[in-house]
Amino acid sequence: MNWDWSTLGDFLPLFGHGVLVTLQALVLGALIAFALGLVWALAQRSPLKVVRWPVTAVTEFVRNTPLLVQLFFIFYVLPEWGLTLSALATGVIGLGLHYSTYTAEVYRAGIDGVPAGQWEAATALSLPRSRTWAAVILPQALRRVTPALGNYVIAMLKDSPMLMTIGVLEMLGQARQFGSRTFQMNEPIVVVGIAFVLIAYPASLLLRALERRLAR
Amino acid sequence: MPADAEPSIPKTAATTSTVDSPAGGPGGPGSRELIRLEQVTKRFGDHTVLDRLDFSVDTGKHVTLIGPSGSGKTTILRLLMTLTKPDEGTITVDGERLFPAPEQQCREVRKKIGMVFQQFNLFPNMTVLRNITEAPVTVLGLSRDEAEDRARELLDLVGLADKCDVRPTQLSGGQQQRVAIARALAMRPQVLLLDEVTSALDPELVAGVLDLLRDIARSTDITMLCVTHEMNFARDISDQVLMFDSGRVIESGPPEKLFGDPDHERTREFLSAVL
Amino acid sequence: MSEITSGLWGLLLHGLWVTVQLTVFSAALGAAVAFAVGLARTHRLWIVRFVSGAYFELFRGTSALVLMIWVFFVVPMTLGWQLVPMWAAVLTLGCTYGAYGSEVVRGAVAAVPQAQREAGVALGFTPVQRLRKIVLPQAWPEMVPPFNNLLIELLKGTALVSVLGVGDITFAAQLVRNATGRSAPVYTVILVMYFVLAFLLTRGMRRVERRAKASVGRLAPAEPSGTAKTGRVRQQDLAGSSSATGGVS
Repeated sequence: MNWDWSTLGDFLPLFGHGVLVTLQALVLGALIAFALGLVWALAQRSPLKVVRWPVTAVTEFVRNTPLLVQLFFIFYVLPEWGLTLSALATGVIGLGLHYSTYTAEVYRAGIDGVPAGQWEAATALSLPRSRTWAAVILPQALRRVTPALGNYVIAMLKDSPMLMTIGVLEMLGQARQFGSRTFQMNEPIVVVGIAFVLIAYPASLLLRALERRLAR
Repeated sequence: MPADAEPSIPKTAATTSTVDSPAGGPGGPGSRELIRLEQVTKRFGDHTVLDRLDFSVDTGKHVTLIGPSGSGKTTILRLLMTLTKPDEGTITVDGERLFPAPEQQCREVRKKIGMVFQQFNLFPNMTVLRNITEAPVTVLGLSRDEAEDRARELLDLVGLADKCDVRPTQLSGGQQQRVAIARALAMRPQVLLLDEVTSALDPELVAGVLDLLRDIARSTDITMLCVTHEMNFARDISDQVLMFDSGRVIESGPPEKLFGDPDHERTREFLSAVL
Repeated sequence: MSEITSGLWGLLLHGLWVTVQLTVFSAALGAAVAFAVGLARTHRLWIVRFVSGAYFELFRGTSALVLMIWVFFVVPMTLGWQLVPMWAAVLTLGCTYGAYGSEVVRGAVAAVPQAQREAGVALGFTPVQRLRKIVLPQAWPEMVPPFNNLLIELLKGTALVSVLGVGDITFAAQLVRNATGRSAPVYTVILVMYFVLAFLLTRGMRRVERRAKASVGRLAPAEPSGTAKTGRVRQQDLAGSSSATGGVS
């Protein structure tokens, strides 16, 4: 293998920028996914069919189609409709929207997992519905779903290189740009590959530990 | 289902295996030793389940192990089936070493032993008939026709001839256990291990299974080693009863003696608690 | 949608065919990897468990797109031989989703009660016979629903191959977009294509699940409950039960 340490040295500063962009996309995307997923989950418990049905349809559709194509859709189609977003904003919204359909399922399972007795106790205390949700049900549900949400953050991390395809210079994007400029693809892509394992593996160990703690 | 409780049943599959064994005569006097455990010790962590245990069972005998739970009775059956290994000691079956022994030899010796479990352990992915024929075909190398003939005969014996093509999950507990008995007998073992076979059954289903086992004990010369809490059953079928406590045999003898006039104080306490 | 001429439709349909092929080949490789690695992870030798566990962790930690580019660019430069893009993609997708699948296999095999294996020992089966006749047939129904989820993820993952220039649906869409200068119609069309593929996969796997459950004498979930879908549900029940009786005779 023709490995060149000086190439590596040239790439590392760019790689640093890439890491920052990846983390930025990840944090913002995760925030959207967490918030929007909760909206979907609550909407799917709505007593109104006109709320439940479209939300179910949209989340099913988004979950069953590729994130990559959704990114292209947001990036190329929205400007045709008069809404132009930067590449990074597109990536953040795409990641967040796509994964909100997964977190919705997580929230739903967490809410279903709260024992029926808790609802009954809240009713017995004449707590209003909003208070029941905010003070009784959601705190218990969220605690239980934290590890599962964490797993989806790791999944988002691994999907974040797709943002390269719409021109976001995250880790892989930097590697590709560097490669096409210098014709040195080996070093950058190896660094990026290792970086993913180095971030994802400890993160998943951490989550498993958290899961065991919460299970007790 | 008291239909299978008729007093006389035909001699069946299970009979023949010991007839052609060199020991000959069914249960005759001076029959030879079939199972021998010597100085067997088994520990689980700090807990010693069996403590330098010695005992043997002669061909054709029906031996029952009684005693409080946790006294190591079931462990003996599991050792004989090689489901668990002893920490020390030797186990011999029909003159061949079962422990310590290479895996290949274990497998051969194991074919002489059948076991019926507390929880039946029928295979839910197979029909009743297939449950019974699968091992004779794949392990003993019988043709499928032979195996099915044998299985139908046994299902007839246990009173479930009409259930061939049914899944085990569609049977009652008592019916499942009778299929499990037929499945064990289909291998024509020399020894049948019975591990609390009625403990998991609803009370009204216990009698049917015990009656079947009584008939098998009476009409065949298969050797039986039985762990049970059914003292009446133990009294009916046993040639010998062994009382276990804390990993040791504290008393043994014919059922009349052990149930009628036990020597040991612990035995008396135990019997008065369960009878 | 009138911008998309019949020639461009042909492009998209060819892309659809490539996507289907990619999904089928990757799923086949993935299934092989899932069973091999999953069973290895339950092996009694620690070294086998360690190596297969390392495989799982490694592929679980890697981004599929990064790995695909790795296999396509770095491996040839290093080893001196070039993989056809299609097979680089199949190799990557199969190995990645196979690693996820190995967790499904491991979990389902571990969930088969120990008592079932013991019954197998008592009847004199060898370890391989126990696996083949008792453990795997009982573990299989538990594997089908998570395998369905993985299959959908794999289908979505095939879109990544367009980055390597493999002419799948997504790649064809880019060509159509360039040709028509319009994005909305073509991207809407291909999103629907993916959705329909995912829907068909799920339908198929539901049927597999019903059969699998019937094979261990259990009723499949979602028995007809008098909803609008009753007609379809009933058809599948018939298919399931006929296969069950077919197995008996």
